[in-house]
Amino acid sequence: MIKVENLTKKYAGFTAINNITFEVGKGEIVGFLGPNGAGKSTTMRILSSFMPATSGRASIAGYDVFEKSLEARTHLGYMPENVPLYTDMRVTEYLVYRAELKGVRGRRLKERVGDVKELCGLKEVENRIVGTLSKGFRQRVGLADALVHEPDLLILDEPTIGLDPNQIRQVRELIKNLGKHHTILLSTHILPEVEATCSRVIIINRGRIEASDTPDNLRRQLRGAGGIRLEANTGKEDGVVELQKIAGVKDVTVQEDGEWKLFLVRADANADLREEVFRLAADRKWRVRELSQRGATLEDVFVEMTHAE
Amino acid sequence: MTKFFTLLGREVKSFFYSPVAYVVMCAFLFLTGCSFYISVLLLNRGPTDFTVVQAFFNTILFWISYLLVFPLITMRSFSEEFKMGTVESLMTAPVKDWQVVIAKWLGCVIFYCILWIPTACYFWVFGWATKAEAAHAPGAYAGSYLLLLLMGMFYCAVGCFASVLTKNQIVAGVISLVMILVLLFAGLLQFVMSDVSGSMRDAFGYFSAIDHMEGFSKGIIDSRPIAWYLTMTTLMLVLTYQVFQTRKWKT
Repeated sequence: MIKVENLTKKYAGFTAINNITFEVGKGEIVGFLGPNGAGKSTTMRILSSFMPATSGRASIAGYDVFEKSLEARTHLGYMPENVPLYTDMRVTEYLVYRAELKGVRGRRLKERVGDVKELCGLKEVENRIVGTLSKGFRQRVGLADALVHEPDLLILDEPTIGLDPNQIRQVRELIKNLGKHHTILLSTHILPEVEATCSRVIIINRGRIEASDTPDNLRRQLRGAGGIRLEANTGKEDGVVELQKIAGVKDVTVQEDGEWKLFLVRADANADLREEVFRLAADRKWRVRELSQRGATLEDVFVEMTHAE
Repeated sequence: MTKFFTLLGREVKSFFYSPVAYVVMCAFLFLTGCSFYISVLLLNRGPTDFTVVQAFFNTILFWISYLLVFPLITMRSFSEEFKMGTVESLMTAPVKDWQVVIAKWLGCVIFYCILWIPTACYFWVFGWATKAEAAHAPGAYAGSYLLLLLMGMFYCAVGCFASVLTKNQIVAGVISLVMILVLLFAGLLQFVMSDVSGSMRDAFGYFSAIDHMEGFSKGIIDSRPIAWYLTMTTLMLVLTYQVFQTRKWKT
């Protein structure tokens, strides 16, 4: 659905994105992550034909965004960062205007505007002036605008920025539902959101792609990622010695709290040792009150990949 | 084409969303009303060799209000889109750049024409009250309003060009006012330049809006000013289009 090859964008004096290549297939929900100034918005603006790249190619639904820009834009629903809207129009009026601009006509126009108002929860504010709406509603108007012409592809630049936790949850649910019928590329700083919604993550830093994989794989790849937390009363036994004998264990640390001990068992990457640890504890008749896998979070991955050297 | 009319509709309507339009309309009607009152007073003094149409369109009050109105109409057209960031949603919709430029310009021209509609009543009232033969001068009316339309098209294009240069409305307004005043004063140079050749003076006279109005309000429809305003409008629109496109190459 999206195809980006060797895309570079230089502004006077600095390179915003440097020779990036990636693809997004039909039906994927891809999270685009990176610190501020990493080049996320620049990439999205190029994909939406808002500005041209310095070199390289990009296409949407098979249409080159430079040469067949109009066709590419027809297949795209784009929600820019901070959702710029005409603040002097009413919600319905604005959506009708946007739908007409995107070539929706006649009976379908009325249907689509009604549908997106329903979908984005705008019914209660349909006659309000956009300028008087709260941030959350404006965000939803932006999303409704991006959806109104039933595009195959949605590009959302920070769709949940500035929303309260309830609104974030609502927008996240909405995006998840949209993912059933649309391909979505979204950028965000909120990592739990990506873990909750995205099937794949692209991490970009200083204009380069650092990683592109599923959130699970990324976490697994992280050095020393998998770890087990075991809280047990081992009686007279030491515990650490026995645990270290399990194949795949890298190291074990222990904290003592009276007769209870808290072991942190770090495993090699890609290993899940919970069963082995459980069997050991059962064989040795340790009393266990907690056994859990502590996975690396996406945040760990993000920080690992993008922190300044 | 439907997209173009959607854009145009939004441009025309946007004038009436804000109170600015109504303030401009009231101020404009007040000033042109004064101008009309003065021209009627002039005619009341005794027999003259000019008609009410000529008197109305050649007062200083008319020119002041006339030239001030363009920066007010046009300054927000592009600047506001840049400032609010709405240019991003606008240009990522499947519309062509030229559609946006022409729609914005034509929107200004249409609002400008709406401003002028009430003034037609002045002449109608004048004709009805005086029952004077001279008030029925279709040539003078046609000439004056044709020239108003042509000048409006040109000055709106100048204003749009100023607006596309900056995201600050005030700066856009000042740029267009200066450009319009320079054009007006260049036309006046012929009266003060006594030491230059006749052809030089003719050249300046050729684009003097005041000269054009003097002729057209008599009902003399000259093709030279028509050509001048049409070509200059096209030139300004082409420039606006070019600047609007380079805007995409910056952040």
